[in-house]
Amino acid sequence: MSAFDAGPTLDPTRPLIAAGNLRRRRRMDLLMRGVATAAAGVAVAILLIVIVTVAGKGASQLSISFLVKDPSVGIGAVGGGIASAIVGTGLIVALATVMALPVGVLIAIYLTEFSTPRTARPIRLVLDLLNGMPSIVIGVFVYGLLIEGHQQAGWAGSFALSIIMVPLVARATGEMLQLVPRELREASHALGISRWRTIVGIVLPSSLGGILTGTVLAIARAAGETAPLLFTSSIFSNSTTVNIFGTALPNIPYLIFQDSESAFPADHARAWGAALVLIVFILIGNLGARAMLARQRRKIVSL
Amino acid sequence: MTTASPAAAPLSSTRRLADRLGDRVLVGLTILASLVATAVLVLIVIKLVSGASLAISRFGLSFLWHSTWNPATSVGVRNAGVFGAGTLIFGTAVTSTIGLVVAGPLGIAIGVYLSLLAPGRAGALIGPLVELLAAVPSVIIGFWGLIFLGPFLKNTIEPAFHDVLGFIPLFGPPNPTGDGIFTAGIVLALMALPIIAAITRDIFLSVPRELKDGALALGSTRWEMIRGVVLDSQRAGIAAATILGLSRALGEAIAVTQTIGTGSLIGNSLFGNGDTLGSRLAEQFPGTTNVQVSALFFCAVILLVIELAVNLAAQLIVRRSAHRQGLVAR
Repeated sequence: MSAFDAGPTLDPTRPLIAAGNLRRRRRMDLLMRGVATAAAGVAVAILLIVIVTVAGKGASQLSISFLVKDPSVGIGAVGGGIASAIVGTGLIVALATVMALPVGVLIAIYLTEFSTPRTARPIRLVLDLLNGMPSIVIGVFVYGLLIEGHQQAGWAGSFALSIIMVPLVARATGEMLQLVPRELREASHALGISRWRTIVGIVLPSSLGGILTGTVLAIARAAGETAPLLFTSSIFSNSTTVNIFGTALPNIPYLIFQDSESAFPADHARAWGAALVLIVFILIGNLGARAMLARQRRKIVSL
Repeated sequence: MTTASPAAAPLSSTRRLADRLGDRVLVGLTILASLVATAVLVLIVIKLVSGASLAISRFGLSFLWHSTWNPATSVGVRNAGVFGAGTLIFGTAVTSTIGLVVAGPLGIAIGVYLSLLAPGRAGALIGPLVELLAAVPSVIIGFWGLIFLGPFLKNTIEPAFHDVLGFIPLFGPPNPTGDGIFTAGIVLALMALPIIAAITRDIFLSVPRELKDGALALGSTRWEMIRGVVLDSQRAGIAAATILGLSRALGEAIAVTQTIGTGSLIGNSLFGNGDTLGSRLAEQFPGTTNVQVSALFFCAVILLVIELAVNLAAQLIVRRSAHRQGLVAR
């Protein structure tokens, strides 16, 4: 009996207010929650500061002629635009997408439809390692593979970017394929439809939106990569060219890099304008893809 | 009746052949694609090592700590054609450490906010914004760092550190240009931050609701619940997220080149100029002489090895902790 009485005595008439230890705990709680909220605020503030700076500095450059004219010839020359770089980046990234999209989608199909746990593991590892590969290392690799002893060429840059894109496309596609309900595949098999027709005719179409958004995100990432193009497509003339297999193509990221290192105000101005064009493209791509992805997820899940 | 019902009609032999062939072709193609990706990874290793073979045979492992980097070719110059990556490895380590010291706690705090504290709508807005920070190209962050962040740090943070802690050689006088190791480290922090925040948010969300509610029901405050239940049970995941952020910082070349200034002496001050493995590659590759090209390839090999090791370590941590949690929870 007495053993039960030994515990802390509770006074039922005591008012329920925070006192002593509890007050300290609550203060600590408030403090740490404030710190976490402030941290999120810092991240958002940095993003906004970067975007506002680029927009503020770049907007004064932006005009129709900036978009349709080639850069003026000569170091520090005033005027001109970035048309050649826009065309070059468009071509390089387009070719990179053509190379990366089929490979990425096929790998995702293998992982979700055909692999066994034993074969899936090493391939997932390969994708993760490729994903973690610094882009400058990929640039050095492609230089050694394709450029060393030859001339720089736009398609080599595309190849380098495609190495960056494959793991991104494969992961986005894989996530979507996994969302396609099992019953859909089983129903198709039960009707006697072969595996490849099921995949090509039913599984892929129902996850098409997800694959597209994943591809858009990969394109947005590739479009801003500088390091892979540094050694593959950085020695170019100022004029617009589409000869992606013959010469290096001017491109936006390298133009920004080069002009940002320059001492001439005109070069800096061009770099800000190019940065604004690039960042607008990337933000639109990201926001659009995100919105599409959310819609697509809902659609597949409700299937 | 000449037409049989479709269900009874046997598949034509061509259709059956097409089915069997199609299955084979699709499986073959998917395996081929997987092998291509694997081959590229293997090829990267082979190509970089073969490119570096001249430097490896000439300098050996001492390349890792020797600090001479002399591309001069004329015979009379002392140490002409001698290369070592000591300063570069040092610069890489220091800038990444600064990045991680800043981005680690900040990123984890953001992860906590997004997964456990943010009211629904705020979280839905701020989460994607933080991820957008990761989408800003490094060349733009670097340009911004060069023009705005560097001068800002030079005028505010660097003098403050120098005034208070100036007796430690680490905190020398502010860099007159605003560039330097410290600025580059802060820029790297901005790049690692969204990665750490996004990964920690996801792992914190995966903590079972019953555990969190249980802690709250026992009378702990929100912070005590976060510290005792969420942070404590996800230590491995937090470590992995930090390592992946580190991996981003170690390999970045462009933004570091733009903000770290020129010159590569191992100085005492954090505010001095420097160079990293990545920035040296971005500045000098492919170089002029055979030995220099090879030495630069050697730098890329070192980066590759570091990255592979760091990524494998993160994987290992995640797998081991998943294994352990699997044993405990279910």
